[in-house]
Amino acid sequence: MSTDESKVLDRPSYLRDGYTLRSWLLTRDHKRIALLYMFSITGFFFLGGAAATIIRIELMTPGADLVDARTYNELFTAHGVIMVWFFLIPSIPATLGNFLIPLMIGAQEVAFPRLNLASWYVYTLGGIFVLITLIAGGVDTGWTFYTPFSTLFSNSNVVLAVVGVFIVGFSSIFTGLNFIVTVHRLRAPGMTWFRLPLFVWANYATSLIVVLATPVLAMTLVLIAFERITHVGIFDPSLGGDPIFFQHLFWFYSHPAVYIMVLPAMGVASEIIPCFARRPVFGYRAMTYAIMAIAVIGFLVWGHHMFVSGQSMYASIVFSLLSFLVAIPSAVKVFNWTATLYKGSIALSSPMLYALGFVGLFTIGGLTGLFLAATAVDVHLTDTYFVVAHFHYIMVGGTVMAYLGGLHFWWPKIVGRMYPETWARIAAVSIFVGFNLTFFPQYILGSLGMPRRYHTYAPQYQLLNDFSSLGAGVMAIGYVLPLAYLLYAMLRGQPAPPNPWNAAGLEWQTSSPPPQQNFDRTTPAVGEPYDYGRSTPAQGQGARTPEGAQS
Amino acid sequence: MSAAPLAHFDSAQRQYESATLGMWVFLATELMFFVPLFLAYARGRVEFGDAFAAARRHTDAAIGTVNTAILLTSSLCVAIAVRSAMLAAELSQTQGRHSAEIDRHLRAASRFLWLTVLLGVLFLALKAVEYRSEWAEHLVPWLDFRFAADHRTGAGYFYLAYFAMTGVHAVHMIVGVSLVATLAVRLGRGDADRANAVAMTGLYWHCIDAIWVFLYPLLYLVGRHA
Repeated sequence: MSTDESKVLDRPSYLRDGYTLRSWLLTRDHKRIALLYMFSITGFFFLGGAAATIIRIELMTPGADLVDARTYNELFTAHGVIMVWFFLIPSIPATLGNFLIPLMIGAQEVAFPRLNLASWYVYTLGGIFVLITLIAGGVDTGWTFYTPFSTLFSNSNVVLAVVGVFIVGFSSIFTGLNFIVTVHRLRAPGMTWFRLPLFVWANYATSLIVVLATPVLAMTLVLIAFERITHVGIFDPSLGGDPIFFQHLFWFYSHPAVYIMVLPAMGVASEIIPCFARRPVFGYRAMTYAIMAIAVIGFLVWGHHMFVSGQSMYASIVFSLLSFLVAIPSAVKVFNWTATLYKGSIALSSPMLYALGFVGLFTIGGLTGLFLAATAVDVHLTDTYFVVAHFHYIMVGGTVMAYLGGLHFWWPKIVGRMYPETWARIAAVSIFVGFNLTFFPQYILGSLGMPRRYHTYAPQYQLLNDFSSLGAGVMAIGYVLPLAYLLYAMLRGQPAPPNPWNAAGLEWQTSSPPPQQNFDRTTPAVGEPYDYGRSTPAQGQGARTPEGAQS
Repeated sequence: MSAAPLAHFDSAQRQYESATLGMWVFLATELMFFVPLFLAYARGRVEFGDAFAAARRHTDAAIGTVNTAILLTSSLCVAIAVRSAMLAAELSQTQGRHSAEIDRHLRAASRFLWLTVLLGVLFLALKAVEYRSEWAEHLVPWLDFRFAADHRTGAGYFYLAYFAMTGVHAVHMIVGVSLVATLAVRLGRGDADRANAVAMTGLYWHCIDAIWVFLYPLLYLVGRHA
């Protein structure tokens, strides 16, 4: 054991604050809860990924050779439900957000530590319901649970799945509530709103969406379960109800949910890019306003999911206009990330590769969103693979890329050890290449008219589908690699210094991994955010480490 | 305010502010939880105006009115209890632990909390009586619903909305009554540390009360004599 090694192992940290199972399962430490969440969502990610793998294998040929129609329906439903509610929505907030927000604002904890732990248990309970659903034979409605199919016709386990999603919703509400109060009330002295890292802003905006939108979904799911059990309900047309009303309620939650997934990803990119370009983020204030604008306008665009469902034409026009409007703050962010790179001293380290991948894929996903926001084009593209490709560019290309980038960026802080950089770069590149190979052909398939959610297709679509399945294989390698080397790094990696990237931000002022109470000194030194390249990089940034800290 | 703040708050004041903000955010989620029901009601009323009016004439306005009075009174009791609990907490911070004055405030708080519990239970009991008579009159949509043929669809929709709204409200009442009862016991034992919890539970109780204030006219009054 080298001296470095023993120094790391001897230093008190949140990881060394008790080794029993109980010390983890009953912890109130936001950092440990973040890790509990990380392991849970990783499990669900690979479960949802397994469903996607079977889907891609089935779609290698036009005929039905691996699964039948019903199984296929259950597979894409399981994939959607698991990935949306059990991976993407908790991904960045519940792991990175939980770990980092108190550190970034100079607090010892989140405002309500017990509620934070409860959030993870509620998540787990919801997850158990979804696992039972799968064991009991799955559910075949699609993740959207559209009525009247879900309430009156489907023969699958709709109620179980709906209960699972209802429960997991409260875990995100608890996390969101905690973040809002934490950011409002627990900032360190000197940490003003306009000194907050954009990651905190992004998670704050996300939390606002979560607490306002999720309860609407919860009640809607209650109404679905009620209607399914009693066969009487407000969505059933034979009783004077209206299935379109369900769609309005569902998308009132589920469109903002897209921003719940992507805003934290934007926050991650806003931390990584300035650090590896050695430049302060371009237009910090504009970035904060853009975050809030996205959160607000994101609430007003849900009707663009319903252009062909029979809603009023005038409503469609307004929703179309508002959907174009939400592209403006999103574009502001893309331009500002790009401008941050300008004249920067760019290092293509693995977190940066993920972050740049995020910007590129998010841009493609965002621009194709404009096609879908245009009412006339949308009529042609509704329920085709174009839509599938579009939202995967946002959710996978955007959120998953940023989540992985963030994991790499903060991994030394989280586990106190470095990961192998070469493997990390290989993984980043193979995810980027594999992702584009998987989903770009789906844009073409969609514009050629291939509908989504069928297990068979016309023979002329085979070549592009095979590209897509091949790409999924490449992407899968890119996802398994980090699982292996990040776990390896957690156990055997080189000890990490407090600030391996010379990054700005309070979380780098404390040791890696941080002590249980986050900072050895009670008040960390708060400065301007993204203080890169203003002083001489090496010495200036060195002053941020605890050893060299100015008192 | 509680006597000693938790470690991660730098003062009791900061902890109280955090709890209050957290509770208000939670109440926002509660209101959003009811939004689909209010929307369902609104679209039903637009769609089936006459049937809604006909159906509304079968709800028991007398019980509804009495229940409204009960809830408003209960909110007053909670407000008094919060005030007493806060006074007790402030005194126990400034002076010694067991002064007679503190005990007097705590006893008053506990007594008013028990009164709240009593009123809450009375509300729920009256609601149960109401549900029972609606069941007897075949007004429960999923249990042999009967209504004049020309308004049957709209009236069925009205009673769905009625049972959903009052049912979800009643579930919140049950949670509220249990919370208030627990606190009443704690304060009755002379625990001066629970002022924060009393204040937060008070906010919750007022919120449930305020939701009823909107349910009452929608379900019992609007268009009754049209």
